[in-house]
Amino acid sequence: MTGELTQGRIVIVGASLAGLRAAETLRAEGFGGELTLVGDEPHPPYDRPPLSKQVLLGRVAAADAGLPARRPVDAHWKLGVRASGVDPVTKEVLLADGGRLPYDRLLIATGTRARPWPNPEEARLDGVLTVRTMEDAAGLAERLDAGPRRVLVIGAGFTGSEIASACRERGLAVTVAERGPAPLVGALGGTLGAFAARLQRAHGVHLRCGVTVTSLLGSGGRLTGAEFSDGTRIEADVAVVALGAVRNTEWLADSGLAAGPRGLACDAGCRAFTMYGIVTDDVFVAGDVARFPHPLFEYQMLSLEHWGNAVEQAEVAAHNMVSPGPRRRPHLAVPAFWSSQFGLNIKSVGVPTFSDQVTIAQGSVEEGRLVVVYGYRGRVTAAVSVNRAKWLEHYRRLIETAAPFPPAPGAADRPEAPRVVPSDVPDPKVLSHGPTVALTGHLPDRRLAVVRPAG
Amino acid sequence: MSTETLLERINDYAHRADPYPLYAELREHGVARQNDGSFLVGTYHEVAALLHDPRISSDVRHRTDPDEVRARSDGLPPSFIAVDDPEHDRLRRLAMRPFGPPHSPGRIDALHGALVGIAGELIDGFRGRDRIDLVDDFAYPLPVTVICRLLGVPREDMPALRAWTDTVIASLDRSPGEETWERQQAGTAARTEMAEYLGELADRRRADPADDMISALVHDAGPEGPLARWELMTTLTLLMIAGHETTVNLITNGMLTLLRQPDALERLRREPELMPSAVEELLRYEPPVQMLPQRTPLTDIEVGGVTVPRGAPLYLMLASANRDPLRFEDPDRFDPARRDNEHFGFGSGVHSCFGAPLARLEAQVALAALLRRLEGPRLVADPPPYRHSPILRGPRHLLIDCTTKDDGAPGES
Repeated sequence: MTGELTQGRIVIVGASLAGLRAAETLRAEGFGGELTLVGDEPHPPYDRPPLSKQVLLGRVAAADAGLPARRPVDAHWKLGVRASGVDPVTKEVLLADGGRLPYDRLLIATGTRARPWPNPEEARLDGVLTVRTMEDAAGLAERLDAGPRRVLVIGAGFTGSEIASACRERGLAVTVAERGPAPLVGALGGTLGAFAARLQRAHGVHLRCGVTVTSLLGSGGRLTGAEFSDGTRIEADVAVVALGAVRNTEWLADSGLAAGPRGLACDAGCRAFTMYGIVTDDVFVAGDVARFPHPLFEYQMLSLEHWGNAVEQAEVAAHNMVSPGPRRRPHLAVPAFWSSQFGLNIKSVGVPTFSDQVTIAQGSVEEGRLVVVYGYRGRVTAAVSVNRAKWLEHYRRLIETAAPFPPAPGAADRPEAPRVVPSDVPDPKVLSHGPTVALTGHLPDRRLAVVRPAG
Repeated sequence: MSTETLLERINDYAHRADPYPLYAELREHGVARQNDGSFLVGTYHEVAALLHDPRISSDVRHRTDPDEVRARSDGLPPSFIAVDDPEHDRLRRLAMRPFGPPHSPGRIDALHGALVGIAGELIDGFRGRDRIDLVDDFAYPLPVTVICRLLGVPREDMPALRAWTDTVIASLDRSPGEETWERQQAGTAARTEMAEYLGELADRRRADPADDMISALVHDAGPEGPLARWELMTTLTLLMIAGHETTVNLITNGMLTLLRQPDALERLRREPELMPSAVEELLRYEPPVQMLPQRTPLTDIEVGGVTVPRGAPLYLMLASANRDPLRFEDPDRFDPARRDNEHFGFGSGVHSCFGAPLARLEAQVALAALLRRLEGPRLVADPPPYRHSPILRGPRHLLIDCTTKDDGAPGES
């Protein structure tokens, strides 16, 4: 059995972080068969987090944001080729160039793409950009080098906020427009949302919350400004559309798999479900495109856009692809992500949106260094640190053990008893940007999937 | 049957060469209350939890025993290793500015060439001899030279610094004895003298800056402003002592371990690229800091089914946790290629070793140079004589019989 699993043909669709780490793990775990990676970008796998940070500051060129290889993977790389479908009966991946790739086991790691500006005509204006790929980041860095009079960032999630931070660090005037009540509020709730709003304003960001951009204005094909829902206008040479991500699942529409806008559903072992909710044993999923159940969050299906999740889930998926049933592992890692913006390091463990209350367990808003702990129905479900990341390990333990919320007082840097307030996580529908963490209900079937707002 | 407590036996010099059976006993006991009211924790997961718990203080002034509080209240205030957040965080951050990322990301890497040079010169000094004392001839002068160069301490002042350091280290030893009080008084005095010396050196660099860390500390303060003069004094004293003391033991323990394990030694000669992982294994297997004796709960804390009361002395036994079979496979085996090696050789959590990147580089360069150039190295005495401290544990001397090769290009066989 094990012998068969380490042989045969494995195809990985998606040649970014999850695809690469899965390929490396397959080889490390003894897969000796034929391995093919398909990626629609022409580049070998590269690292995206620097694209909205160091690259925009000019500290590193977009083309240098490589991913270190852990080991040689001895694979066929089909780069610059888009996969257009899967035939689960003949077990083939269909390619946009007409090719067909037969597989014995398939890993889907197609990730996400930037959500485009909804008005295609306005989106085509020179100066309107999104940031997801190496080319996107290089293009924006070039625009910023040229010294635009004002940059408009639409959407104040993590990506939008990081871009605004880079603009301010370069001394550029920047307006941030967010439909919700504060930046980052969709991911972190009210307490840190209010903190982020003060932070952005203190750094000179022209922050406009509670409004939407109703149209991008142009002249002669060039962006000149934008109009807001309250009727006001601004002038801008560059508009960065940071409305969140779209999961790359359209190509699976006819595959019979449980794929939809929220991702491709899989079980705890990364095996994909069919549209009928039946688990497959030859199609696996990892990374941003996956929706997977997590026991710490009432077995709701999670969709995460986290670097760490892509790595961990890819490793579990790869392990399970070459391991017999009893040796398979569940993907149970506690979600974690980080962001750097406006000189701060923000780090999160758990799922902050899965909460009804929060408390500041360490530090304080005034210091600008703090740990906020999130609880749901009396247990700890997440913690977010601002310039206090080394403490998060403690809270990860509390999350893993479903420790009571609020956590016991007595931290050296928070002597007084904690004050508990509502977490104020808004319904994602009121935000400009899509959530980077989405709780997507319990059911794998795409037509039955329901979005349950946290709380 | 012994009537001594485990802590007394661990402190007993008779067990210095091999405390590991005592640690195994400790792990069997779980969280172990001692007769003096202190608590020992030696299992990996419990040590990990306590290292990351914000309710555990590093400041002994939180102990309930008034004698302890008084003993530590003399002389200078504590340095950042012995205070809690947010004070610890602020002091450590300011000290990090000229030392590491994000403000000085290249400082340690830039030392690589100098380190190779210093190690090479020290080994050149072995030529013509068939016996060396690895401690006095190599493992001590190497990190001292490096930390003096890094901070900007003149070479001629090194003997005075050595004397002060030895006295301070002796005073950390809490094992009972008639001279405990005298040791502590002498330690306080030595620390104060050293701090005054370093404060004056910093004053000179303020007037006349050089390319060193002290100059950077006084001149490039950053938005939060500079360290106050007394903070600078305690911080520099800490960096000076911690910046070399433990590395001596890391290098010496490293060579001792490799001489006891000829297979591992030969493998590292054949595969020098394994050295970084071998140094990590060393930090697990023979950590220079065996325990953290200064922790105190700020509130009653439950760990391993035992309640440790507020204010009780809490000993985190890092060397024991590093050998916990519940965490490490075959923990008593030295495996230079070990993976999944999240050891506590540098502690963990907010107080994790400030100088770890420097210590790693020093040990890697030092051991690589020794393996490349010493021919037929053989231990003269096993076990070697140990230094007194059960906390900062390592040989006082390590005599090795060997001949010394001229240095070829690294990697030459």
